[in-house]
Amino acid sequence: MKPDHPHPNPPLRERGGGEVYVKRGRETTMIESSQIIETIRMIESENLDIRTITMGISLRDCADPEGEAARKKIYDKITSLAENLVRVGDDIAMEFGIPIVNKRISVTPIAIIAEASQEKNFVPFAQSLDEAAKAVGVNFIGGFSSLVHKGYTKGDRILISSIPEALAATERVCASVNVATTKTGINMDAVRHMGEIIKETAQLTKHRDSIGCAKLVVFANAVEDNPFMAGAFHGLGEPECSINVGISGPGVILAALKKLQGASFDDVAETVKRTAFKITRLGQLVAHEVSRRLGVPFGIVDLSLAPTPAMGDSVAKIIEEMGLESCGVPGTTAAVALLNDAVKKGGVMASSHVGGLSGAFIPVSEDQGMIDAVQRGSLSLDKLEAMTSVCSVGLDMIAVPGDTPVETLSAIIADEAAIGVVNNKTTAVRIIPVIGKQVGDVAEFGGLLGKAPVMAVSRFSSKNFIQRGGRIPAPINSLRN
Amino acid sequence: MKAIVTVIGKDRVGIIAKVSNALAENRVNIMDISQTILQDYFAMIMLVDLTDMKISFSDLSQRLVEQGETIGVQIKIQREEVFKAMHQI
Repeated sequence: MKPDHPHPNPPLRERGGGEVYVKRGRETTMIESSQIIETIRMIESENLDIRTITMGISLRDCADPEGEAARKKIYDKITSLAENLVRVGDDIAMEFGIPIVNKRISVTPIAIIAEASQEKNFVPFAQSLDEAAKAVGVNFIGGFSSLVHKGYTKGDRILISSIPEALAATERVCASVNVATTKTGINMDAVRHMGEIIKETAQLTKHRDSIGCAKLVVFANAVEDNPFMAGAFHGLGEPECSINVGISGPGVILAALKKLQGASFDDVAETVKRTAFKITRLGQLVAHEVSRRLGVPFGIVDLSLAPTPAMGDSVAKIIEEMGLESCGVPGTTAAVALLNDAVKKGGVMASSHVGGLSGAFIPVSEDQGMIDAVQRGSLSLDKLEAMTSVCSVGLDMIAVPGDTPVETLSAIIADEAAIGVVNNKTTAVRIIPVIGKQVGDVAEFGGLLGKAPVMAVSRFSSKNFIQRGGRIPAPINSLRN
Repeated sequence: MKAIVTVIGKDRVGIIAKVSNALAENRVNIMDISQTILQDYFAMIMLVDLTDMKISFSDLSQRLVEQGETIGVQIKIQREEVFKAMHQI
């Protein structure tokens, strides 16, 4: 039986002596014009870009009993390893004709490095990170972090207490705290503590709509190679230095789906997969090139759909394009589940190593479609929580009233951590109690952080629940139902 | 190193001449040219070889943008790997 279509490989022909040779066409075949135009359209009108190149730097050799000496080692190491990061990123963006929006740095969780010193306040470490980031020209540096999913060390306690002041005193430093993992359960003392820390951070930055909280992430199952801020840090299993790349492209997926009016979900999933494959191939290409030019090993490509406040670069709009009147209505969770899964399936084959958070992000303030949905009244905090159970990465960039009780903030963290721990996935909370603002007001953060409509939280109390403290044990991972 | 030059804009006399002049001046060899019409606009795509190029990639890119501005078309040059990565497995 003859196949329906000709075999794609070049024909093999036998010569007299039984030698086999391959007959090829011209060595340099022109890529199809339509494909070239498609790529250019994605970049120019559908906001395709590489969202971030993040250089992970280990600071484990910078610990020192003298805080001042440790900070000098940290500053010197970052500024020497990342000296050319921004220039190389800009060169590649120019040669490949694809924007690389952010160049960033992640470092070993500072609690681990700083606790060797005798200091009782780690704010000066944050200031050194900020100065190093400024010196090399990156817009964010992540890793003012602590991993306390099972308990605190001396350094963890000092670092977490230093977070509010550190975020108020610096421009580019991002902090994160891991309070739970699937293997250890949820540290409810840390959950309670983080509610207080978030509130304090909001107070200290109240003159700028509590922007400090936009640079603070509370994680469950934090990953070690995440290139995205504010939650990036360079994990303990990572090499000395590595390059991780975060791709983007909600606008490209949206444009592809607009051509599928009324098509079945089989076609929708297939189209998302194909599009994600193409986007990820670009990420892989850029990641390899950056790693080659800097002489730093390539880590991973993060397959995330990261929206921006730009028109059309919205995950909410993709969900609506599937046939929902406004993001947040029934059907939204299923739509996000399909989207998230298809992006991963398409992306996995396009990259040699996938990691990081890898999923569709649903940050409210950074996605115009989400902002519209909240303001129309179709999207609530509860629905967002449901969505986070099927996609990365959690309640992200959510503004709530400034007078929200600390225990309610902690309880929101506890719920989100429970979703992550039970479902074996990363979840996070980046919530901003905007001091002086109420439901219906809008918090303005500017730039990529965008603006967030203040959302309603439950008016009932979680106080006695949060005050118990202790640990919620790790869940059983068999008998799954 | 190979690159793809794309010229997009309203069709008019002398576009190919302008672009190929700029390339020839800098010893960039044109390996293939194709042209398509997209609605009213025309798109010309060139595969070029930069092996003997006299100037840097960024200077060439800038030179092409300037040439494009004089005749009202948009000219971009991008390394060929971008398109290969995206459309060929």
